Amino acid sequence: MSEPVAEIEVEIQNEEGLHLRPAVQFVDVASRFRSAITVSHGSVQADAKSVMEMTLLAAACGSRLKIRAVGPDASDAVAALGELVAKNFPPTSKPAEAKKEG
Amino acid sequence: MELRKGIAVSPGIAIARAMVIDSKDYRIPRRSIMASQRAGEIKRVRLAFADAIRELDQIQTAKRIEEGSIRDIFAVHMRFLRDKRFLKRVTDYIEKELVTAEYAVSAILREIASHFEKVDDVYISERAADIYDIERRLLTHLLGKVAEEVEHLREEVVIVAHDLAPTQTASFNKTFVKGFATERGGRTSHTAIIARSLGIPAVVALEDLMSCVTAQSTVIIDGNRGVVVIDPDEATLEEYRAHARRFTEFEHELDGFRDIPAVTRDGVPITLLGNVEFPDEAEVVLQKGGQGIGLYRTEFLYLYGGTEPTEDDHYHAYSEVARLMNGKPIVIRTMDLGADKVPHTNRHPQEANPVLGLRSIRYCLQNLPLFKTQLRAILRASTLGDVRVMFPLITTMQELRQAKMILRDVMEDLDEYGVPYNAQMPVGIMIETPSSALTAGLLATESDFFSIGTNDLIQYTLAVDRGNEHVSTMYSAAEPAVLYLIRSVIHDANKAGIGLSVCGEMASEPEFVMLLLGMGVRMLSMAPPLIPEVKKIVCSVTIEECNLLARKVATLDSQRQIKNLLRDAAGRILPVEY
Repeated sequence: MSEPVAEIEVEIQNEEGLHLRPAVQFVDVASRFRSAITVSHGSVQADAKSVMEMTLLAAACGSRLKIRAVGPDASDAVAALGELVAKNFPPTSKPAEAKKEG
Repeated sequence: MELRKGIAVSPGIAIARAMVIDSKDYRIPRRSIMASQRAGEIKRVRLAFADAIRELDQIQTAKRIEEGSIRDIFAVHMRFLRDKRFLKRVTDYIEKELVTAEYAVSAILREIASHFEKVDDVYISERAADIYDIERRLLTHLLGKVAEEVEHLREEVVIVAHDLAPTQTASFNKTFVKGFATERGGRTSHTAIIARSLGIPAVVALEDLMSCVTAQSTVIIDGNRGVVVIDPDEATLEEYRAHARRFTEFEHELDGFRDIPAVTRDGVPITLLGNVEFPDEAEVVLQKGGQGIGLYRTEFLYLYGGTEPTEDDHYHAYSEVARLMNGKPIVIRTMDLGADKVPHTNRHPQEANPVLGLRSIRYCLQNLPLFKTQLRAILRASTLGDVRVMFPLITTMQELRQAKMILRDVMEDLDEYGVPYNAQMPVGIMIETPSSALTAGLLATESDFFSIGTNDLIQYTLAVDRGNEHVSTMYSAAEPAVLYLIRSVIHDANKAGIGLSVCGEMASEPEFVMLLLGMGVRMLSMAPPLIPEVKKIVCSVTIEECNLLARKVATLDSQRQIKNLLRDAAGRILPVEY
């Protein structure tokens, strides 16, 4: 039995591109899901839960990214990340608490 | 095997494992490790990550960070430090490339940063600065552990570094540090002074040293010839062991001079004193046959530990030295640090030119509580022996008067509380600026003694930074301008009938001893291990010879000619090892 897969293509529209702060937001949202999530920018692929890899995508304004999730909550994950990009990474109201990882 | 040539600043030969101290302010050179060290380096990286996370947590809990941009920077650092793929990339790099933890951290973060810099988008390319910030944070933790290691050494090592700061050398476990080799520095840099006072060899101004030494390198430091050999082959090792043996024999020969009075062949007594920094060096002065302490540097009190020294901290250090010296003269120099080096204060903004800035007596005169604390302790200690006080970097008469007025204020305070002190304690000054040298005749009317600090006097007269390897060759005590000033200070001191000594490095350089005697100096103060050697010179010459030499030097117009003449004269007395 194969795991659920979901995919979406988005365009980075905020002027600053996917620099460190938006990358942190992206990683924080991705980390809420159990699915494995990858983001591709042309031929470069990144783990959506790694801030290093996400920043290395160096996605400037206008870049098109493909988000692909594999796992039980794949479609929710893709929807949440798609919304974050579509809303141009709105500033979070309170300091984003770094999630403790195992 | 690699060989590097630099400036020999402290004699002797050391052969030991290298303890490499990288600096987060300079590019970390690629340094290889052995396969067996991989696990250790990976563990160091993991610890540095964990420590950095803990530090960030603490900062975040300690102050509620409201400002959005700072909050974002912290968030970015934290996500990076917790990013398992990032950590793995660093540890994989160590695994595959066999390099030190420092280099792996630096290389990976620089790779990420350079990736950003290449992107043709100003928002993204500017982020490289954040990445360098993370590099510094991790390196601070890695290097902090190295510093702890040097404090708790259990085997003999030689220290290899880009440069050494007083705050670093103060915490070294001196029993196990056998030599220094640094890329920066000159004959009178901090590294050189510390090495000589510890009696261990040191070579400085070594180009491209850090990149060719690894943590398991064996290093030979030849402080006689200014040579450093990295990973020597067996033949070289054997050759240097033989050198080391001959050098030790020479030192033993010198020990024979310990109990002989320092008197020239024609019967003129010369006073030989020691320069010390740490109280236990007073013992070395006595062991080496010194007749007292001509310069007791007190900076270590300010550099050790995390807080400003209390009056009792000062008093304990001074009384310990007074007890050891048992009535022999002790000249305590008041605090001689720059505002940039006083670690307990951040009241002072960074200065563009600290050497010409708020340092030494100037700093003290603007920070009276700190100055008075030290003076109170010196006065209290003045009843315990022949204690004298000396103000450094006096530039003008007004400064001298101000300093003496504060000393009188402190005496009155002590009177009020009935605390005993020596009201006749001699008060002297260091002559180490062209200004004070030129006005020595005036200053002599209100000073009990002079001590010529040749290191700073040369630096200020020739406008040469002694620690800057690009110009340090211009730094020379043999420059006619320097000798002219020294000659005139000696003349003014003798005319006023006040005591005069020379306490800079020049006083202990074999080739200058005869010249100084010929110029009329009768008191020299130097790093304690060098006393026997200087005594040997003193006992081998006549004042007449020295006078002749000094007169000849006065007719020469270049430091090269003067240096050659002095070297020839000294060469007739000292063995080739020098």
